[in-house]
Amino acid sequence: MDNLFILLLLPVFGALVLAFVQQAKAARQFALLVSLVSLAFTIPFLVNFVPDASMQFEQRFAWIPSLGIHFHVGIDGISLPLVLLTNGLVPLIILAAFSYDYKGGFYALVLFMQAGLLLVFTALDAFAFYVGWEVALIPIYFICALWGGENRIRVNLKFFIYTFLGSLLMLAAIIYLHLQVPTDDYALSSFYQLALDSSTQRWIFWAFFLAFAIKMPIFPFHTWQPDTYTEAPTAGTMLLAGIMLKMGVYGVIRWLIPVAPLGVAAYGQLALVLCIIGVVYASIIAFKQRDAKRLVAYSSIAHVGLIGAGVFAWNVQGVQGAIIQMVNHGISVVGLFFVLDIVARRLGTRDLAAMGGIAKPAPILAIVFLVIVMGAVGLPLTNGFVGEFLLLLGVYEYGVWYAVFGGLTLILGAVYMLSMYQKVMFGDVNEQTAAFPDIRGSEWLVLAVIVLLIIGIGVYPGPLLNISEAAVAELVDKVGLIGKN
Amino acid sequence: MSAIITLSLLAILLLYLGLFKAGRSLLPISLLGLAAALVMYVMQWAGDATPIYSGMVLFDHYAIAFSVLCILVTMLVMLLSKGYFDAASVHVAEYYALILFSLTGALLVTSFHNLAMLFIGIEIMSVALYILAGIRKKDFASNEAALKYFLMGAFSTGFLLFGITLLYGASGSFDLAAIKAYVIANPQGVSPLFYAGILLLIVGLAFKVGAAPFHFWTPDVYDGAPILITTFMSTVVKTAAFAGFLRLFYFCFIPLHDFWEPVLLVITIITLFIGNITAIAQQSFKRMLAYSSISHAGYMLFAIVAIGPAAASSVLVYAGAYSLASVVAFGILILVKRATGSDHFEAFNGLARKNPYLSAALTIAMLSLAGIPLTAGFIGKFMMFSSALADYQVLLVVLAAINAAMGIFYYFRVIVSMYFKPADRDEVTMTAQYQAAIWVAVLLTVVLGVYPTLLAGLI
Repeated sequence: MDNLFILLLLPVFGALVLAFVQQAKAARQFALLVSLVSLAFTIPFLVNFVPDASMQFEQRFAWIPSLGIHFHVGIDGISLPLVLLTNGLVPLIILAAFSYDYKGGFYALVLFMQAGLLLVFTALDAFAFYVGWEVALIPIYFICALWGGENRIRVNLKFFIYTFLGSLLMLAAIIYLHLQVPTDDYALSSFYQLALDSSTQRWIFWAFFLAFAIKMPIFPFHTWQPDTYTEAPTAGTMLLAGIMLKMGVYGVIRWLIPVAPLGVAAYGQLALVLCIIGVVYASIIAFKQRDAKRLVAYSSIAHVGLIGAGVFAWNVQGVQGAIIQMVNHGISVVGLFFVLDIVARRLGTRDLAAMGGIAKPAPILAIVFLVIVMGAVGLPLTNGFVGEFLLLLGVYEYGVWYAVFGGLTLILGAVYMLSMYQKVMFGDVNEQTAAFPDIRGSEWLVLAVIVLLIIGIGVYPGPLLNISEAAVAELVDKVGLIGKN
Repeated sequence: MSAIITLSLLAILLLYLGLFKAGRSLLPISLLGLAAALVMYVMQWAGDATPIYSGMVLFDHYAIAFSVLCILVTMLVMLLSKGYFDAASVHVAEYYALILFSLTGALLVTSFHNLAMLFIGIEIMSVALYILAGIRKKDFASNEAALKYFLMGAFSTGFLLFGITLLYGASGSFDLAAIKAYVIANPQGVSPLFYAGILLLIVGLAFKVGAAPFHFWTPDVYDGAPILITTFMSTVVKTAAFAGFLRLFYFCFIPLHDFWEPVLLVITIITLFIGNITAIAQQSFKRMLAYSSISHAGYMLFAIVAIGPAAASSVLVYAGAYSLASVVAFGILILVKRATGSDHFEAFNGLARKNPYLSAALTIAMLSLAGIPLTAGFIGKFMMFSSALADYQVLLVVLAAINAAMGIFYYFRVIVSMYFKPADRDEVTMTAQYQAAIWVAVLLTVVLGVYPTLLAGLI
């Protein structure tokens, strides 16, 4: 049952079938079924996983032998949490879209994107990694551009060209690395063994860094993000913020730092500073937003900035914190966007000034939203706390001042998140919010799962941390030595 | 060789059929003849290749692979022509015959082993095209295209011939093997005449493949000629011209790589930028494809700039991917133009609502032209980037990456029109032949994108 290839192909087959389904109801039910089957197929991986540093469930076929390309995938402690995140969130995202009348094409794109994301998180061959990287991009472009807001065409073209340019530079770096490999292949392990000189590694660093920094996004490369998130349909925003930005972080951990450690030695500090600037900058801007969705979009930049800082600090705590925080942020942000979607759909606006007093007519929504906001803020006993604590610990080991400024996320995050909560839930009711219906049906189900995950991981994070611990420790140890030599 | 003879006889047969007003049998007979030629080529694959007819032609794997590609694409173009030329001209048989004559020339260009044969092949290919470009006799744009193409073609042929003459003057032979032997025998440096010959050949061949700064004829000719002729020119003719270009340089001029590489490098970079930047500004889908074909010529030149053992298969894959995507794009353009009377981007507005599957086909073709993974176009770009980087052309690849990102801008424009801009329109209808041609091309694009080993390891 733990056949990784089948896990990757399942969503593709689902997507192929759904592309021809015109009826909205049948499409959504079939899509949910496929995503749940994918989730069920993930369980054997979790059960059979041995929490050590080894690569497991590996599969390797010749793909284009004349070019040395293999289809090589596997799972270790670093990729397993992200595979779980992807396959766990996609059913929630599909369920969250039930309120809309999407036809089969929409769900086909979501599932196709899922396949691309899974390939990114499991690829052990640079070519396969790149294919997954791009394959995830096409569906999200169509999701955002077909079902998005008014400015969707211009905004999404900018997003696409921006990320595509970054990817192409990474492709050039991948081919360059391949040409240096004595065994003439694209295997991750061969790339790890390359000991290129420092000046080459600096180039490699920038080629990879641009691709990943645009995707995450890190501070000066973030300009596409708020517009794209705001204009996208909610399911698209969830995919972008919940899963897609993790591709960038994962790429840094898996590819950038181990492949170009000397480049990181030269520019890692700069990258870390950019991440921290992003934290402070995005937090301040988030505070000024009137559009609730835009506010969460900026908060996402702040959170991913801290995650990036933890990764570039490159110690066990920082990277461990990054991995668990990727999972947590995915859960929280999907919850946040879903609640805001519910509110915006019923009020017909996303303007915070037009909201207020919803807690009174909709008490359950108010409680659920509070838990999600607390998780996003990082209150103890919620999932966000564990991750942010580890991240700050990692950054602190790197340098006290970085941790001081990075720690601002906690404070600033609390400020803008709670003020948003206050504006939505408390205050005077107006004509529209007075008759606000509470959550029901599928909304209830999605939010219940999210709240359970937030509290569950917050109270008992041990198993999740345990998955990645050994793999992270070994990777940091191995690459750290090369960097310091 | 039997294939070339078959095709020549087939073309003459078609002319007679036209004389006896057997219009309905033209397409089936052409397709049958092409299929027969295809089989003859494939059967030659296993045999030993030696130059035949006093060393005039050589049917090695390289020649066979490119010839088969040209024949296949011609078959697709023929399928699209059902009904198209009955409307454009009363001389339908001439049209079929001329396409076949031009194809025969193209096949000679892919398999020449003697510079005289290269010249004759290019002339056979081009002369038929001069007529085809002007086949809409009453249409000004078509006439202009034909005249421009003829004048520019004649001009570039002059360069080509002059170059061949100088090579002959230096080496004393037209035979590729003899010229190669001459280059190898003079490692200290060949005669200055030879260098001048190479430069003139580069100019002449750059004209033929539509590389900048010798590209000025391309947009007007592609735009003015009937769409199907444009399809044929930008696929079969371009493939053959590149095959000939690469064959000559790979066979003879590798030892002099240091001399001609900078020249071609400059041509490549200019071609990429001019093609891309001008394509962005276009309002007409057809003209956009014309300019984008210039930038694709730039990518294909990568393989010649950084010439190496993988060059042949890179060009084969790239040309195949580009041709298939072009057949789809032009084929759908014909349908849309017939329905709306315009070839502007606006003509595609709202197509996805009425023809979802046709729009999906065009989307896949555009993604392939833009070089997105899981399409053949990506594999082509990937191989081109690989060969350039293998020659340490890092700057070239970075510039190409920027150009590829620019390409998104205009390739996605038609996607934006189809999917995101609403318009009142009727459903576009098409014949079974159209369906077949478009879906075969789309299917091959995806299959080659997912499993390129079918083509990549061939030669």
